[in-house]
Order: sequence, then structure tokens, then C-alpha cells
Amino acid sequence: MTTSRPITEDDLQAHVDQALDPARRAEVDDYLARHPDVALRVAAYARQRDQLRAALAPVAEEPVPPELGLAQLLEARRAPRRWGAWQLAAAAAVLLGLGGFGGWWLRGAQGPTGGIAALAQEATDSYRVYAPDRARPVELRAADQRELVSWVSDRLQQPVVVPDLTASGYRFMGGRVVATAHGPAGLLMYDDDRGTRLVVLIRPMAIERDTAMAAHANGAVRGYSWAQRGIGYSVVATASAETLHPLADEVRRQTTQAT
Amino acid sequence: MHDIMAAVEPLIPALRRYARALLRDRTAADDLVHDCLERTISRWHQRRADGDARTWVFAILHNLAMGRLRQAARRGPHVTLDDAGEAAVARPASYDAQLQHDDLLRSLAALSEDQRSVLLLVSVEQLSYADAARVLNIPIGTVMSRLSRARERLHRLMDGELPATQRIPLRSVK
Repeated sequence: MTTSRPITEDDLQAHVDQALDPARRAEVDDYLARHPDVALRVAAYARQRDQLRAALAPVAEEPVPPELGLAQLLEARRAPRRWGAWQLAAAAAVLLGLGGFGGWWLRGAQGPTGGIAALAQEATDSYRVYAPDRARPVELRAADQRELVSWVSDRLQQPVVVPDLTASGYRFMGGRVVATAHGPAGLLMYDDDRGTRLVVLIRPMAIERDTAMAAHANGAVRGYSWAQRGIGYSVVATASAETLHPLADEVRRQTTQAT
Repeated sequence: MHDIMAAVEPLIPALRRYARALLRDRTAADDLVHDCLERTISRWHQRRADGDARTWVFAILHNLAMGRLRQAARRGPHVTLDDAGEAAVARPASYDAQLQHDDLLRSLAALSEDQRSVLLLVSVEQLSYADAARVLNIPIGTVMSRLSRARERLHRLMDGELPATQRIPLRSVK
């Protein structure tokens, strides 16, 4: 008996994987019956597949370790708000221990003041609202970057660039225009492989139009803010200073180059 | 959040198996699965509602694994099966089975990343060719040709025709 279509290498692989329809399978079986050398090879592949499954099966049989429990990971995702409150309470207790209100004011004095302080506050507030949003953290996604840039530049009446942080492990997610006490601001959001989100807030500055970078922290939300040629920038995230400071430097480097 | 539990939780053993077969280190593989689950949770709303969750999650894991292997390649030689010992992979019931599995997994480690991932996804994880193509982001024709080459090479390695130490250098994936 001759086969209607020539037997291909793909047919042999699909025979090993039992992915052929019954008619084609019969044709391949017939071919293999007439070509024992090919039949040997196909049989070896099937054996190889069974051995691979057997060799790796114990991994899938192991009990899943607690750190890979999906329910706990989902729970941990929702936890940051409570953590924030707990950390704030702990920080407040320490500061009170250090000298009541004096401790609190001292803490404030270490952060930025004036126009940059307002910008830092606005960026922190925006981060608190948008970064935990799982449904719609950004209005326009990274795919619509051109539209986003034109929208934000239009509202800020300033050309805005989107810093590229991929070399630092952060991907651009998208952004939106947000309201501040000082008019519209552009919010750009990024995330890393662990889903940690970072926000860059950009708006024109009425005062302190050229100001050196200042660090600030409010609860678990840390940030770096500065102004350059009338534009204020603030980079905020729940990340360590060691992580965030280089990212802020990188944003400043790229926005300086672009303008 | 119930849909993510129902769709993703049953996949975790298979994700661990794929990660361990690629990285050949228990801790590194479980770290990878952890990152994969975190990203799955954070991007759950971005997946296509009509898409297959298994393919989508395996694609996340595969991309993370390739990133990790590239990092490891930049840092220098990583731990191979020979160094890691049997504990890194699996613990079969009998000594004979142990030897046979060690041999097979050592040969598997001699394949290129491209060949190994296609072989694991199709043979072990039993993904369809179309799903494997989606996970690897390559055309089905490429899946077929890589699969064919992977099986032939592994067959020859197991037969002792090729020395298992003849390692193919890591190829960067776009």
C-alpha cells in the first residue's frame, strides 16, 4: 500500500507525541512497518519522552513549599496598606520616644521644603492612589506611549519624555494626567519583575524652578524630587534608598539629555 | 481573585518542574517560580480573557528563566548537574532508576536552551505544538524543527555517540 502524502519528519514527531489524527496515524504506522530503521528511531524518541517524564515526575510530586503558596502571595499583595499603618505606628512610637513632637518636626526638617516639598507630597499621594490599583493603574498603557506623551505634553504645555528604565530592571507600564494643587501633572508608572511599582511625577514649577535633588520618605513610600529649568520631577516607590536613588539619578540623566 | 486561584494554583507543580529542569537548581528554580507567580498576580488583569492561562503563565516563567540564564552566563559558569548532585533534580525510587535519570538529565543539560525548552514543553509538560509556539514566541515550524533536532541530539548523547561534555554555549534570546 502506498501513502497519499509523503511522510514528513513532522509526522514522525507528531507520532511520538500522539498528535496525529487516526487516518494519518495509520499511514505513518504503515510507513514505519516498511522502514524498520525509522521505526527504531521513533521508538527511541518515545522511550526518551517516557524517561524524561519519569526523571522529572518527582519534582511535581513534591509538596509545594509555603513561599510558593498562591493564597499567601495574594494575601501579601493586599497587605502593604496594613504594613504601612503598622510601620507608621512603629515609627511614631520611636519618634515619640525620641522626644515627642520634637522628633516629628526633626524628621520633617530633614526632608525638602517649599515647592519641592509640595511636589514630593503630590507624588507620594499619587503613588498611594494609583500604584496599588490592580484594575487600572494607568489610563494609557505603554503601547500608547505616543498618545500619552502628546496628551501630557499638551496639558503641561511642556515637552515631556518618558525615561527608559529597562536597563535598571523597570519596564514602562503607561501613565496618565493627575490633578495636583498646582495644576495638572504627568504620572508615569513602571514595574520590575517582582511587580514592584515606581511612579515618576512631572509638572511645571512656579517656584524653586531649579533645585537640587532632595530625598523624602513618608511611611513606606520613599522618593527623590528635584527641579530643572522650570520642570519638577519626583520619583517615588516603596523601595530602599539604595534601589531608588540610582533610578532617580537615571531619570534625571535622561530628562536632562532630552531637554 | 477566585479565578486566579482556580486557574493558576494547579499549575504550580508543573511550573516547578519546568523551572528545575531548566535551571537545575532547586533554590534558583523555586525563586524563579516565586517571581513568576508574583508577576502572574500583578498582570492577571492584562491577560487576554480568551487566552489559555497555562500558556500565558508558562510564557512568563520561560521569559524569566531565559533572563536568569543570561544573567548567569554573564556572571560566569553556573552550577551544572554534575556539580549540583542528584538532590538538585529529583529522587527516584531505585538506584538503577537514579543512574538512568542522572544520565538522561546530564545529557539534557548538554542541549542548547532552545532545544531543551521545546523538548521539555512538548514531551514533559505535554503542551500542544501551538501552545509551545506561543510560550516560546516562535512559529510552529520552528517548534517542529527544534523538537526534531533536540530529540535526535539527546538520542545520540544517550547512545554515547556524542560526549555530554560538548556543551553548546548559551544563545541569547532577543
